[in-house]
Amino acid sequence: MLQSIGVANIDELFDEIPDSVPVANFRSIEHSLTEMEMMQRLSERAREDELSLCFLGAGSYDHHIPAAVWDLATRGEFLTAYTPYQAEASQGTLQLLYEFQTMMASLASLDVANASLYDGGSGLGEAILMAVRSNRSAHSRKIVIGGAVNPFYVKTANTLVRNQGIELVQVPHDNGLFDPLQCDVDDPSAVVVQQPNFYGLLENVDAISNWAAERKALLIAVVNPLTLAVLKPPGEWGASGADISCGDGQPLGVPMASGGPSFGFLCSKMKHVRQMPGRIVGRTLDANGDVGYTLTLQAREQHIRRAKATSNICTNQGLLVTAATIYMSIMGVAGLRHTASRCHENTNYLVAQLEATGRAQRAFSSPYFHECVIRCAGNVDALTKTMISDHGILAGYPLGDIDPTLEDCLLLCATERRTREEIDLFVELFSRILKES
Amino acid sequence: MPTIPTIFDTSEPGRIAGVQTPKAGDLTGLPAEALRVSKPVLPEVSELQTVRHFTKLSQQNFSIDGNFYPLGSCTMKYNPRGAHRAASQPGFLSRHPLTPAFASQGLLKCFWDLQETLKTVTGMEEVSLVPMAGAQGELAGGLMIRAYHEDCGDFDRDEILVPTAAHGTNPATATMCGFKTREIKVAADGDVDIEDLKRLVGPKTAGIMLTNPSTCAVFERRILDIADIVHDAGGLLYYDGANLNAILGKVCPGDMGFDVLHLNLHKTFATPHGGGGPGAGPVAVNSLLQPYLPIPMVGKLNDEYIWLDENYFPLTIGKLSAFMGNAGILIRALAYALMLGREGMVRVAEFATLNANYLAAELSKAGFQLAYPTRRATHEFLITLNREARDLDVRALDFAKRLLDFDMHAPTTYFPLLVPECFLIEPTETETKAVLDEFVCAMSKIREEAQEDSDIVKQAPHNQVVRRLDEVRAARVLDLTWSAD
Ligand SMILES: Cc1ncc(COP(=O)(O)O)c(C=O)c1O
Repeated sequence: MLQSIGVANIDELFDEIPDSVPVANFRSIEHSLTEMEMMQRLSERAREDELSLCFLGAGSYDHHIPAAVWDLATRGEFLTAYTPYQAEASQGTLQLLYEFQTMMASLASLDVANASLYDGGSGLGEAILMAVRSNRSAHSRKIVIGGAVNPFYVKTANTLVRNQGIELVQVPHDNGLFDPLQCDVDDPSAVVVQQPNFYGLLENVDAISNWAAERKALLIAVVNPLTLAVLKPPGEWGASGADISCGDGQPLGVPMASGGPSFGFLCSKMKHVRQMPGRIVGRTLDANGDVGYTLTLQAREQHIRRAKATSNICTNQGLLVTAATIYMSIMGVAGLRHTASRCHENTNYLVAQLEATGRAQRAFSSPYFHECVIRCAGNVDALTKTMISDHGILAGYPLGDIDPTLEDCLLLCATERRTREEIDLFVELFSRILKES
Repeated sequence: MPTIPTIFDTSEPGRIAGVQTPKAGDLTGLPAEALRVSKPVLPEVSELQTVRHFTKLSQQNFSIDGNFYPLGSCTMKYNPRGAHRAASQPGFLSRHPLTPAFASQGLLKCFWDLQETLKTVTGMEEVSLVPMAGAQGELAGGLMIRAYHEDCGDFDRDEILVPTAAHGTNPATATMCGFKTREIKVAADGDVDIEDLKRLVGPKTAGIMLTNPSTCAVFERRILDIADIVHDAGGLLYYDGANLNAILGKVCPGDMGFDVLHLNLHKTFATPHGGGGPGAGPVAVNSLLQPYLPIPMVGKLNDEYIWLDENYFPLTIGKLSAFMGNAGILIRALAYALMLGREGMVRVAEFATLNANYLAAELSKAGFQLAYPTRRATHEFLITLNREARDLDVRALDFAKRLLDFDMHAPTTYFPLLVPECFLIEPTETETKAVLDEFVCAMSKIREEAQEDSDIVKQAPHNQVVRRLDEVRAARVLDLTWSAD
């Protein structure tokens, strides 16, 4: 090979690198390990972190994933393909994405979905940027964040949007809910509401949707896609429906995996599609007139439009979308509905049992779904620590970190995976630990 | 091969995968107006139907596992299964993102090790692992540059310089950061036009974004001069790490004057690309920008690993994702780094560069036109099919489609735009000489075909599941979701 190139050794191939740039020094990097040695090291670390039971949600949920989902998703043909630039050599991924777009748009009852964004948090940022571009009639660049929207999403979105002169105006929640009447911005460009909200409470989405429409603001609905099998979808809220819906796809067959990789999804009404960020797949015809699939509306994207693109996103979260598409196919409407309703019943049971101990009480009285805030008689930080250290149990999210008025509160959920026995055990430990503290 | 009906076409009302359907839960007490009445369009199929459908779909994909995939700028090298297995262990997969640090020492130790490794690899001061792809790393970098200038009271620096050949994410990122983009000319030899740079740089310059080796696939020889020019004008240097594979273990971006950079772990560190993602785009900075890094990072306090959040980094540009970026990809990258080790990392650049230079030499001998014939290839190189387009009426696009019929994925086409009818070819270090030789044969064969009957090439592909697709129609007659009629 060197002969063909006409050099004496490999070093010569680097002769255009100026001598004034010092040679890299990798001495601090270890010598290479075999696969076996690497596995031994990382297995030890993985085992160190194993816990036994999870009652924590707050944006990432411990659901059952059918075995077939990841067996299929990790076939080399899905796992080791690039973005489907050469459509004719990527029909598998492209058709799958078309089917995904159909499922997501239909779950949200909106017209279109893109092929994914990075995650729920950055997805909200992109949804806000999209809304501002799309709402040309708006006089302000203010975005109303209504009540209890996932605080991690809001922080992330703020990082993404504030440099373009966009201001997020947080309207504090009233008893856990968003009350538009307490909002003093009357010309927002968009309104963001989450259903169920971060505290698991059901917002009055019809009224909020109408309120936004009266102000000519676009409505952005942050949702948990699993709950859409049971709850009224964003496209059907109020008189005209939400304009954009976004969220994290983790509940659809993606392991919690420390929060990533999962995927952000984005759906909208057709009239906003040209402002949508990210890849979109369309069905078309080939030279023989047969059906095929390809990336489309690429004139929105960075590789064509460069500085004027709808976003800089390039690589997205394709593999997780693959898993989610397979998950939704296996589960179908019935599977999703039953999973969501089972989560709700389990959480209901958990809440009732906790209240029965006399050491816990719901923090908010309005209806909730799937997840709930509990006020505890005792120190929640000590409780969650003991639960982990002594029992390997994740006992919910202590809300004092994000809302000082909820210092003695925990956000809890019991997914379809939690058995009655596990919930009873948790309640017993909960009561005992609080008594002893 | 027949096209595959959509999964909706095979649905039958009422069919479910019973074994996957939990017992329904009780919904009494929920307000009626909050509930769904419409029925979403989801497949109604058995588990076997699902398995067969997606197995068939997968078989319609080219992939690294199945094909030579010399997609320039994308570093499609072998993705070790061991790295994937390591990250798929229950302790990692089932970890809830809000598990406190004291119960996550195994994971945090992994992140710490990766941070340390990447510091060495880049020659930079500090690393944040959170960005979820290259483009998000660029965004983080741009925001840090902006925060730095603003903290210096320098509010007028609102321009980012990029070479005309830059990747689209660079200017798109500049816009997202609130900057204007100004494009610098590329000289005939592929290097940045220094005179043009001098003309554009000034008190409005926030920074410059460069890839090195550049997107013209040559090493930017005057990088240190460029660094001086931009620094002297008060601007900062951003390194787009998409091409780091070319210099891994040879030189470090930190020694080339860069202040901030991202790496694409899904390129240089071989994490699988998944048909479009996920990736990971950690950022590394020198001490100037360290206070602004995106959170969270992993720190060490006594013998314990801790999360470093805004309490430790009050000037941070903030969060870029709800939790900790693409954590699972970071574990895969660490596994890959451990298996490569010190000696393996140096071999990466050497063999990637050897393969690219060999392929360039052989293609040139076979009569193909290198875009920069006087330059060394790096880990990739550009050819231009301008002559073939002129003389034979077959374009780079036609060559690309015909290559598929030879069971090879096409190289990157029409990027960078400034080289007409170009192929950006990146064979990577994990391919054998035999595969490279086959590619040269295929290219020569396609040219012969074009000489005899150009229609064979212009109407390619012929042996794929579909013929050439009508992209214009796709954008004009929008069909983005399936419906029953
Ligand atoms: C030169 C260059 N810069 C930036 C990017 C963007 O990286 P990512 O796709 O990981 O966002 C790419 C990837 O295609 C690239 O090739």
